[in-house]
Amino acid sequence: MVGIVASGVYVPWWRLELQSLGGGQGERAIANFDEDSLTMGVAAAINCLRGIDRGTIDGVFFATTTSPYKEKQASVTIATALDLREDIISADFASSLRAGTTALKAAVDAVKAGTAKKVLVIAADMRPGMPGSDFERLFGDGAVAFVVGADNVKVAIKDSYSTSYEIMDFWRTNEDKYVQTWEDRFIMEEGYLKVLPVAVAALLKKNNLTPKGFSKAVFYAPDGRRHREMAQKLGFDIAQVQNPMFGSLGDTGAAFGLMMLASALEETKPGDKILLASYGSGADAFFLESVGKFDAVRSIKSYLNSKKVLKNYMSYLQWRHVLEKPVNGHARPSYTPAVSAIHREEEKIFRLHGVKCLKCGTVQYPPQHVCINCEAKDQFEKYSFWDKKAELYTFAPDNGIPTFDPPYVLAVVNFAGGGRIWLNMTDKDVDAIKIGMPLELTFRKLATVESIHNYYWKCMPGRM
Amino acid sequence: MEGIKDRAAIVGMGCTKFGELWNKDKEDLIVDACFEAFEDAGIEPKDIQAAWFSTSTSGRGGGTLAGPLKLKGIPITRVENVCASGTDAVRNAAYAVAAGIYDMVLACGVEKQKDCGFAGLSNISPVYPEESMSMIRPYQPPVTFFSLVANRYFHHYGVNYEEGKKALAKITVKNHHNGTLNPKAHLRREVTLEQVINAPMIAAPLGLYDCCGVSDGSAAAIITRPEIAKRMRKDYVLIKGLGAANGYNYAHIDADFNFVHIKENQFASQMAYREAGVTNPREEIDVAIVHDCFTINELVTYEGMGWSQPGKAIQDVNDGYFEMTGGLPVNTDGGLKCFGHPTGASGIRMIYEVYKQLQGKADKRQLKNVRLGLTHNLGGPLGQAMVTVAIFGRPD
Repeated sequence: MVGIVASGVYVPWWRLELQSLGGGQGERAIANFDEDSLTMGVAAAINCLRGIDRGTIDGVFFATTTSPYKEKQASVTIATALDLREDIISADFASSLRAGTTALKAAVDAVKAGTAKKVLVIAADMRPGMPGSDFERLFGDGAVAFVVGADNVKVAIKDSYSTSYEIMDFWRTNEDKYVQTWEDRFIMEEGYLKVLPVAVAALLKKNNLTPKGFSKAVFYAPDGRRHREMAQKLGFDIAQVQNPMFGSLGDTGAAFGLMMLASALEETKPGDKILLASYGSGADAFFLESVGKFDAVRSIKSYLNSKKVLKNYMSYLQWRHVLEKPVNGHARPSYTPAVSAIHREEEKIFRLHGVKCLKCGTVQYPPQHVCINCEAKDQFEKYSFWDKKAELYTFAPDNGIPTFDPPYVLAVVNFAGGGRIWLNMTDKDVDAIKIGMPLELTFRKLATVESIHNYYWKCMPGRM
Repeated sequence: MEGIKDRAAIVGMGCTKFGELWNKDKEDLIVDACFEAFEDAGIEPKDIQAAWFSTSTSGRGGGTLAGPLKLKGIPITRVENVCASGTDAVRNAAYAVAAGIYDMVLACGVEKQKDCGFAGLSNISPVYPEESMSMIRPYQPPVTFFSLVANRYFHHYGVNYEEGKKALAKITVKNHHNGTLNPKAHLRREVTLEQVINAPMIAAPLGLYDCCGVSDGSAAAIITRPEIAKRMRKDYVLIKGLGAANGYNYAHIDADFNFVHIKENQFASQMAYREAGVTNPREEIDVAIVHDCFTINELVTYEGMGWSQPGKAIQDVNDGYFEMTGGLPVNTDGGLKCFGHPTGASGIRMIYEVYKQLQGKADKRQLKNVRLGLTHNLGGPLGQAMVTVAIFGRPD
């Protein structure tokens, strides 16, 4: 039996009220200025991998329509930030709203074929809707991760069915800034509403199932109205259908179906049958069955409740570089990082490794040649910080440094077990910052300089 | 090891006005400071046998000093230890004459900062260029280091925010008052406690008036051995002690570093006091010029130099101990805050005030019975800085 062994989600802290976007009830989630699909993917994976030995992950599949690079494998950067082994299979699944479920299917096949024992599947998206458009109101930013394996399976993936379908309904060329579309009635009648049911029907027929047999129906939809329409078309009751979270999260693209699945898994019990279906240049449908319980640690509910509304829409446009942010004559922090230096510092920058002195046990970051305490030379073992409890030792809230989220906060972070790292603090309520507060580590994008995305860790107040 | 006490003497000094000197370039500033020093010493440029040139961003090799002064064919070392460069230049010059290698040497510091095009420290030449490192890390300009110190100091000693902010403001008020007595200072106006406390916040608790500004300027010193000095003038100034120490990056790496006791202060002051034979610095030092780049640094320096007991600096500030009329006047010339802080020049400018005080030439700022004066500089990132502590005295 192959299936889902672990699950994790990530919803960014920030929200926009739909009222401020032209109307509607509720909010949508937006990634901070220092986040992208890659960093959100890391965050979801960190949650997913709690309690799992990272050394046992044999593969990473990353699905998104909004990878930070057109050419450069995001799954590898994610794997490095997660401190996974290098001898793993890795792949980016791109270009389609269906990419997340395609990656899930590929992971199942890899485990079944014996290519890998455990595959980490991550889906994340932050699709660009033109400012002021319906898309901007409907989309959401978020990520989800699953470990697919054959041992300790909590949700068996029993069968799937895929159909491909050529249609221009949602697309972007290499040059397009925003998601493109055609007439709404056409794309819905000839696209989504026509094709997704085909995959579901074929799956049900193949497995001798009817809609009544499912406890949960989880399926992609481009908006709330079409979601209800699809439920009816497929023959499911409201009680069976997983809440698509429009008005609290939004359509998270390639991650959407899988985030709804993760949400459903917080509510299922052993024996429940689950239907999962996604859509994009065709449709994937899956038949899953719960065999074990999931802990609802860092559940999607708790993420949806942990939030801050961005009141100033102009800030959002600046975060997304739609508008330039004035710097008011202040010295701009700028440097051109040497790629060779970044490469040399992979352990320090991505894996957040320090060292522990073998002679006196002092933990230090970044890796040193000479121990700061006993001066022993090159007598160290590698030391990881990502799994250690962190607290705030002192901080500096700076109003002068140009940042998209003022004030800029420099934090000195002390770790249980020893060691300290100076990091930016993000996703913070500056009035609530207190020396001694518990902190989380989060992988973010510091800046993009000369076509290089500079990723590094930051800290944030413990979210939940 | 013998120590420097009474083996080197200052026979001439010069210092330009500091400020936003739009019409002066670094060569103008070097000439103004050095020729004032030559005149003060009664010598000519050709009498200089070696020189030490201090600057962070206004030049590279020693040729930057040789050029405007036309020092022909002498060795000039460019010294760089960020804000402590000037004192470090004097250190090196003093050791050269004390060793008997040279008889008459020059130390000159200059910084031309106001071509950068904005308020605040220039980023054109980043303070800590580390070309072989990726620099992927949080941006950490000087004010953030000292905000970290202030927030932790308040937490460590249980100081409530208002009380702490008020004490820091008193330091600014003191230095502004002292600056009004100094014609060479960049800023020369009184400020009130309210103005300081309510000034725009830069990095809490440090507001605009807790931070020294950015200035242009130059300062110079001419150094020789005492036996030569006494033939030149009666009121030469003796170097009594030179302490200096560099931090080893402990602030970033050592999880036990508490941000309250800056280790370089301890290392450097102990060295200088030992050389100078000072055992009770609070009583024995008559005037001190310290590194008030940010008010909190002046506060923790009172403790770092052993003048205030740990945790008691605020009490001393509230008692007025470091004011002009107090037991140990600090920053009688306005400090970095009001005299200004052209990085390479500051260390030498601090010595200029002590030199004038010891000679009885400090005019409206003159203190009574000045026998020992001390300068303190901190240059570099927290935990990796150079601190210099220099002690000067009179020949009698």
